[in-house]
Amino acid sequence: MTTLFIQSLLDALTLGALYALIALGYTMVYGVLGFINFAHSDVFAIGAWTGLLTSSLLGLSIVMGSQTVEPRGWEIFLVIPAAVLVCGLLAWVIQRLAYAPLRDAPRLNVLITAIGVSLLLQNVGQLPWVFGTDPRPMPRLIENPLLFEIQGVQVTLLPMLTIVAAMVLMVGLEVLIFHTRFGRAMRAVSMNPKVASLMGIPVDRVIDGTFVLGGALAGAAGVLFAMEYPTVQQPASNTWVLLGLKAFIAAVIGGIGNIRGAMVGGFLIAFLERFGAAAQQFFPGIISFDTTVYRDVYCFAILIVILLVRPAGLFGRSVVEKV
Amino acid sequence: MSELLLQLQDLHVHYGVIHALQGINMNIERGTIVTLIGGNGAGKSTTLRAVSGLLRPTHGSILFEGQPIHQLAAHRIVRRGIAHAPEGRGIFPNLSVEENLMLGAYARNDREGIRSDRTKSLALFPRLAERLRQRAGTLSGGEQQMLAIARALMARPRLLLLDEPSLGLAPQIVQVIFRIIRQINAEGVTILLVEQNAHMALSIADQAYVIQTGKVIKHGPARELLTDKDIQKAYLGG
Repeated sequence: MTTLFIQSLLDALTLGALYALIALGYTMVYGVLGFINFAHSDVFAIGAWTGLLTSSLLGLSIVMGSQTVEPRGWEIFLVIPAAVLVCGLLAWVIQRLAYAPLRDAPRLNVLITAIGVSLLLQNVGQLPWVFGTDPRPMPRLIENPLLFEIQGVQVTLLPMLTIVAAMVLMVGLEVLIFHTRFGRAMRAVSMNPKVASLMGIPVDRVIDGTFVLGGALAGAAGVLFAMEYPTVQQPASNTWVLLGLKAFIAAVIGGIGNIRGAMVGGFLIAFLERFGAAAQQFFPGIISFDTTVYRDVYCFAILIVILLVRPAGLFGRSVVEKV
Repeated sequence: MSELLLQLQDLHVHYGVIHALQGINMNIERGTIVTLIGGNGAGKSTTLRAVSGLLRPTHGSILFEGQPIHQLAAHRIVRRGIAHAPEGRGIFPNLSVEENLMLGAYARNDREGIRSDRTKSLALFPRLAERLRQRAGTLSGGEQQMLAIARALMARPRLLLLDEPSLGLAPQIVQVIFRIIRQINAEGVTILLVEQNAHMALSIADQAYVIQTGKVIKHGPARELLTDKDIQKAYLGG
């Protein structure tokens, strides 16, 4: 029982860290522009693919289930920055080309554009000379040695690395947003862009910066995800949509637009998913159905509960939408 | 004849099909307090918004210290030396009083100057000094208005645009705010003041413009307008 508990805990932390990283991108963009960037999960998918392709470029690849070149360890320091760079840049391009021209348009138009961008990325990604339509295995970037064992649970390097890397990124973001000039400008823009411009804040550049940040985090999350779950699905796969959707729910549960809320929401969703899936094993006499098949249902269920009980999310303040 | 700080020349602004400003001409001399009075929807706030760059004029020009600024984005106009304390105060409710103040100096890089302006602004509004760490949204209306003015001063403007600083405030607070406006002016800041409270505004201003349906219908020394029969009837309730 303890073994199961610790295993679930570890899984939830790893997955939660990834959800939180993606959720931050949704919540930041919502904060400054007030719409849901549906293309965000595709940027995340492209992050994973960038990780895979850069690894291959560095000589790491997988043929018939075995790695052709053993990882030398330093590749990770090229692969993650590459994905961060590509996704940051991609997010910037999306913002400039698709969203910036619609700054004064009704929000619904922007929302529909976001769906359009998402479809575009998915379909371009499927082209044979881009990523193609077949899943590909992510080469190993680092060895995955056993770190320690508690209560029969073997804790290896990889999940720990995912958790630590995500934590470092989140702390970095927290510092950036709450303790720097850019962060202060970003929060000002999210509250009132007009007045922010009166302060001398270049609102357009702050919005661009927000997209770059969100994209960069999604890029990092993409590589970490591919390292943890090494079968990288094709860009239009349900996997990405579902992951993006759950991260979005995490952002909503935390209070959309709220940075800390997105982090907490990410972990909350992951805990629910993992412990929900293992519920049957925890209570073998009481729960007779297979709880693992419902693992995607729990987070949607909690979404409904939260929207009923605290529609502004756990950390959100409810604001009356002015017409 | 003293130097012209701001000139509006045949300024037109449209909100979609609504022709809000229909050829405004205005000359504002350095070191003066100029007030715009007029009824609701006359175009007073619109004029301020056009000057600070929140609105793009559809025709005409705005010259600040002889340079055209009507094509500049709002965040560049602040850097030229114009600060705007907007209608409704526009404070950032979830930021602390301190953060609001520091945002006023966003466009500046001179740490020393910012620090001394912060000290000066807080000396002007001692109430704010007591509440630096408080969320700005929890301030009273009067304190929020003080914060809006103090924040605008943090840009070290040569021209300060004030939009309805007395709105919704208790009479004593209004007195305080107007006393401070005069004090700011005495330190050399030119002030363009929009007010519903025409009596108050005319009593501290040097010059006044009366605006009606997007046009200047009268202008002159504030003292003269204060005794003008038509103005008294229309805007001074007498």
